[in-house]
Amino acid sequence: MRNPQLNENGELTHLLSIEGLPRHILSHILDTAASFMGIADREVKKVPLLRGKSVFNLFFENSTRTRTTFEIAAKRLSADVINLDITRSSTAKGETLLDTIDNLCAMHANMFVVRHAASGAPYLIAEHLKRVRHKNIHVVNAGDGRHAHPTQGLLDMYTIRHYKQNFEHLTVAIVGDILHSRVARSDIHALTTLGVPEVRAIGPQTLLPAELAKMGVRVHHDMNEGLKGCDVVIMLRLQNERMNGALLPSAGEYFKHYGLTPEKLALARPDAIVMHPGPMNRGVEIDSGVADGKQAVILDQVTFGIAVRMAVMSILAGN
Amino acid sequence: MKIAIKNGRLIDPKHNIDAGRDLFLAGGRVAGVGQAPAGFRAEQEIDASGLVVCPGLIDLSARLGRLETELEAAVAGGVTTLVSPPDMDPPLDEPELAERLVRQAADLGLARVLPLGALTQQLEGEKLAEMATLRQAGCIAFSQGKRPILDTQALLRAFEYAATFGFAIWLQPQDYYLSRDGFAHDGEVASRLGLTGIPVSAETIAIATCLTLAADTGVRLHLRRLSSAAGIAMVAKARAEGVAVTCDVGIHHLHLCEYDIGFFDTQARFDPPLRSQRDRDGLCAGVAAGTAVLCSDHTPLDQDDKLVPFAEAKPGATGLELLLPLTLKWAQGGKLSLAAALAPITSGPAAILGRDDLGHLAPGAQADVCLFAPEEAWQVTAASLKSDGKNTPFLGCELAGRTKITLVGGRRVFDAR
Repeated sequence: MRNPQLNENGELTHLLSIEGLPRHILSHILDTAASFMGIADREVKKVPLLRGKSVFNLFFENSTRTRTTFEIAAKRLSADVINLDITRSSTAKGETLLDTIDNLCAMHANMFVVRHAASGAPYLIAEHLKRVRHKNIHVVNAGDGRHAHPTQGLLDMYTIRHYKQNFEHLTVAIVGDILHSRVARSDIHALTTLGVPEVRAIGPQTLLPAELAKMGVRVHHDMNEGLKGCDVVIMLRLQNERMNGALLPSAGEYFKHYGLTPEKLALARPDAIVMHPGPMNRGVEIDSGVADGKQAVILDQVTFGIAVRMAVMSILAGN
Repeated sequence: MKIAIKNGRLIDPKHNIDAGRDLFLAGGRVAGVGQAPAGFRAEQEIDASGLVVCPGLIDLSARLGRLETELEAAVAGGVTTLVSPPDMDPPLDEPELAERLVRQAADLGLARVLPLGALTQQLEGEKLAEMATLRQAGCIAFSQGKRPILDTQALLRAFEYAATFGFAIWLQPQDYYLSRDGFAHDGEVASRLGLTGIPVSAETIAIATCLTLAADTGVRLHLRRLSSAAGIAMVAKARAEGVAVTCDVGIHHLHLCEYDIGFFDTQARFDPPLRSQRDRDGLCAGVAAGTAVLCSDHTPLDQDDKLVPFAEAKPGATGLELLLPLTLKWAQGGKLSLAAALAPITSGPAAILGRDDLGHLAPGAQADVCLFAPEEAWQVTAASLKSDGKNTPFLGCELAGRTKITLVGGRRVFDAR
């Protein structure tokens, strides 16, 4: 079975997941992103790579932040950006996902940036485009259910490479609600593909998916154990609705065991960086002292995210 | 009508026959095997050269959409008797509904339809359905289909009441709370794809409950569509201890596992879910050992039901026309004889139904016969399937084993020649 995000020549035609992408494609995206980093400092923050192309932001699930970064990235590439808040329009009228896609194809879209609550929805769209022979429309997964958030994974890799130069000697810990996290899954695939020798997953059993070790990670339930000697600590957001119920007794107890405090961070390497995909819950998964501390690179992630999304869109449009 | 089926390879698993023998049918029954009964003059002769002649297949679970189309699909697949679950719309909880289904099927004169009646009113899992009345209307046993009984007290009462009358209960063992949010096996693939999982314990907990209550009440229990090696092992153990329990496995679960979901292939969405390779191996061994029989778990769906994200897709696959070739494929993989392959879709299910006139070909049995070409390859395509349901993970695959002629009660209801 061919990976549906690659074309006949093995080039990236959709970005649906990090899983299954070869290392050279990931490195190429990161290198391309690096070349876009200077653009934000120019007076005219634009390059003409996507001039005349239409990028449709299809957000079936709300996310102002992610949508905005994709919008900025597309505009800096000189694309026309159309934002569709589909949660409030067509699906509410009973239109199926693929009917919506057919309609947008008829409007001569060049790229769909898709956020959807169901895992796999961007695959369904990509397969449909192939079936109806729209070979020139590209799909970028902007987060599907618990499955993947590949541009977030890539911007995390960009951040790590920026601070640590290469991946081959690193120990990276991902902490928190991995069960519900598409970011964690994309990070794990990216880290293992790029050659990180030790990826750790830290959390209580209720927040870790079954057979997680088969994804190539070492599982820790004790955060103090898990943080020892880490170069990178990636904290995950804990959704409000998961704090008080069957998964966790309370936000307070969670913070006590899995919140990142300066004391716990001291167990990692002294030059360790702290990352978070945002938005943060201060006092739940991360202490303010850490979030605002000098090891945190959380705002850099946001800046790098625009360059990474520009890189992904320009590479797809060129293939 | 007197019919002689000549020159075929007769396979009758119940009587350990696998030999070149002619079969003689009269008055809708088997009249003779090998030698014509005295004075038999065939009005019709069927040349079965190159074909296997076996008892018509018995499918313990097939959902029927448009009755005529699906029963035509059944006989095209060699299925002469099928059991339909009660969770249709409306649920089969009133005698009139059962009578109507039985009558409509009889009028069509294709495969025999044996309905399962609802165990509880509206399948709501609370009040008992009128089992004895439903039985008179033609229901062969009582079931909840895919609907749960949450209240264990209600489950115990249902077992007790059914045991009073000697009725069998057929349940799909799946704990409601452990399975309600999930849509794939809780394992490596679901974790990777971010799909909510259904753990094996959803099945084993429900089996433990059912087995305990069956042992206590003495009810005849049949567990439908097991999906795990652990589940099969529990049933085997209970049987060894003398509990009156039987079980079946959907044919797709012998061939596919969690990896077949691939990149969110909705055709691989099943209920219960496709589980690990180890589970699949355990199910294969369980069927080979006779612990479980097979069913098609035929579920014809519209194309649109599968053209949605995985979690929103309806579970199930078309199966009536694939039951035979997929059973042969399983047997070939396990190096089983043809007779051993056919037992779990003929004599095995007949025993579960308590029907000594079905599933074999000794004189006196119903003249339900399937003639098939065991090695003829055919491609599974939308056009090659008679069922309205074209939903199958095997679409485009080539399978060996094709039904040529099907007889029900001595009447030729399908003939591809």
